[in-house]
Amino acid sequence: MTNTDLADTDLADTDLADTELTDDGRATTGRAATGVAATGVGDTGTGTVAVPQTELLRVEGLGLSFPRPGGGRRVRVLDDVDLSVRAGELVGVIGETGSGKTTLARAIAGLGAPDAGRVLLDGVDISRLRGRAQRDFRRSGALQFVFQDPLRALDPDLTIGASIAEGLAITGTGTRASRAEQVSDALRRVGLDPAVADRLPAQISGGQRQRASIARAVIGRPRLLLCDEPVSALDASNRNHILRLLDGLRRQLEVGIVLISHDLSSLAGIADRVVVLYRGRVVEDGPIADVFSRPQHPYTALLIASAPSVRRQDRLDPASLRPAAGADPGADSDSDGAARRSAGGCVFAHRCRFATHACAETPPRRAVAGRPAGEWAAACHHVETWRDQVTGSTAILKESSA
Amino acid sequence: MPEPGTGRGDQLLTVDGVRVAIGGGRTEAVHGVSFEVRRGEAVGIVGESGSGKTLVCRSVLGVLAPGCAVTAGTIDFAGTSLVGLPRRAWEQLRGTRISAVFQDPASYLNPSQTVGHQLAEQLRVKVGKPRREARTAAVALFDAMGLHEPERVYHQYPHELSGGMLQRVVLAIAVSGEPELLVADEATTALDVTIQAEVLELLGRLRRERGLAVLAVSHDLAVIAELCDRVLVFYAGELVETGPTAEVLDSPRHPYTEALLRVASVGDWDRRTPDVIDGEPPPVGAEIRGCRFADRCDFAAPQCRSGPVPLTEQAPDRAVRCVRASEIALSGAGAIGAGAAV
Repeated sequence: MTNTDLADTDLADTDLADTELTDDGRATTGRAATGVAATGVGDTGTGTVAVPQTELLRVEGLGLSFPRPGGGRRVRVLDDVDLSVRAGELVGVIGETGSGKTTLARAIAGLGAPDAGRVLLDGVDISRLRGRAQRDFRRSGALQFVFQDPLRALDPDLTIGASIAEGLAITGTGTRASRAEQVSDALRRVGLDPAVADRLPAQISGGQRQRASIARAVIGRPRLLLCDEPVSALDASNRNHILRLLDGLRRQLEVGIVLISHDLSSLAGIADRVVVLYRGRVVEDGPIADVFSRPQHPYTALLIASAPSVRRQDRLDPASLRPAAGADPGADSDSDGAARRSAGGCVFAHRCRFATHACAETPPRRAVAGRPAGEWAAACHHVETWRDQVTGSTAILKESSA
Repeated sequence: MPEPGTGRGDQLLTVDGVRVAIGGGRTEAVHGVSFEVRRGEAVGIVGESGSGKTLVCRSVLGVLAPGCAVTAGTIDFAGTSLVGLPRRAWEQLRGTRISAVFQDPASYLNPSQTVGHQLAEQLRVKVGKPRREARTAAVALFDAMGLHEPERVYHQYPHELSGGMLQRVVLAIAVSGEPELLVADEATTALDVTIQAEVLELLGRLRRERGLAVLAVSHDLAVIAELCDRVLVFYAGELVETGPTAEVLDSPRHPYTEALLRVASVGDWDRRTPDVIDGEPPPVGAEIRGCRFADRCDFAAPQCRSGPVPLTEQAPDRAVRCVRASEIALSGAGAIGAGAAV
């Protein structure tokens, strides 16, 4: 039997390898009842919409290292990363080149070998799956990936329709006719004309291609969608089209979405929470409106101040957040900066204007004052004081009027 | 922050009625574009992919791809006509009086030579400095670009440097000939946002210190807003609105400019639904009688489609291509950010 549609199976209660396989009855409502205890993180009252409480993905203390070219100490790419996504929730992961955000998404998807921590999907550690259990999990389609460049992610020789149906065809789901019907449904769901199914990837526009690759990802009704820079190759209007689409899909399908981006404005409109990664560590995470209007970590503040804007008011000069001594050692040189910083220290210290000798020790992630644990946290020794050292800091850092 | 431009009448670059055809001359992609860049001024071209912004900027540099050609109009750079300029004459201009930086710095550097060697070579060949002097000048220039430990960078190969450092190296090579005009085509697009801000600051400093004029091209209105004194909004091969950046952002006169503002990074972190521009731009080369934006425009009326819409000057330096410009009310950047918050 090859039909491994897990749409209605309860992953929390069953070992994946032994999952009872069901047929094509894809009632989305059945999914919300998945028996995992809620984490108890309430609505924050910051303007976020009501989000289902069911925890879908929990990443705990994830660590991963790559061998350094030419030998020597391994490069720590992910270090003690925590992340949680509830069903129907959209969590943004932001960080610059080399921050480990793509490695994180790949590690969640089982592409990569973490050396520490766990990746729990509905309570099952999917990072430990091997052999048949791993194959069955992958074929279940519960977890799907959307890549940055749809031209490379879609097979250039397959029609859009064949690409979208490929996963169903491999698992033998339904008849050819019913698969064609599902492809049409998936295309309509992402706002494309079903006639696009007969075209090749090179014959449609970039925005349409990214929609097609999203259709490919959602046709098997995944529970978790990992989107790695899905909009960075698109212009502003197409970018917003795709963001709106993802926002709609997570509501309609109750799919949890991890949206990776280097661009804060892509996340501002749609994400519920944001996780800020720097050199493989989570430096801040919390409700997006809070983090963006009153960042607690100097790196988050630098990211926000650096974002170009068509509006001039309320901006903090990014230079006031960089080290005062002009050009900074290894500011944009990954390997050198990493080598130079003392092992175990704050990952951001070498670029931080507010770093002191205390920063030679890794700061723990601590809940922001007045917030319950798990809602909003930052890893900085100077959370309480760094803001006082910024001249003219009131502008950007004041509470948002909304 | 952009510096105020110098007064009118100090033109450095004058583009007049330029048409560019692609596909071996069969398809017209740029339909008669005119603008000027004054000495020391930063002018930004913004538009979607396919708007013709890169074709215009490549025409200015004389580096159009094979099969593309300027079919009409003139491009004048400080008294020299650039259309049809012989190759030998280009050699006297490019790299010395006009230079350029593009999106992907690594592809413009030789991977098998140190970046210092490449800059020093430019200083010897284009500026005529003796070998030893070229080396000293190269290190000084790297330092001026904000590269830390310039002596060390001098001996590094492109693959050893990050994207932000490479863009600084390429900028050092671009300004080594003391150019009057720098063309920056999506020069910060591929960079991380923190590095992008540093490179934009560096460009601002180069303008102040060297009196450099900049012609910047970007699909991101926010980047143009940070860098430029004046903005040129392109749509489907036409200039649809132009004016001082602050004026265009505060009170756009063309519905397309307003739409771009809505989808741009408004720098507003409140929760809101991302805005979109419905529809697609017309295919390149499409025969359109009236306004090319009419099919996507909320304000389109019968008169928009009845005939060609001229670019109408509304004030000095301020022009718009919209027959209804005086009768429609559009929102500027400030109003959009506040109004759209949920």
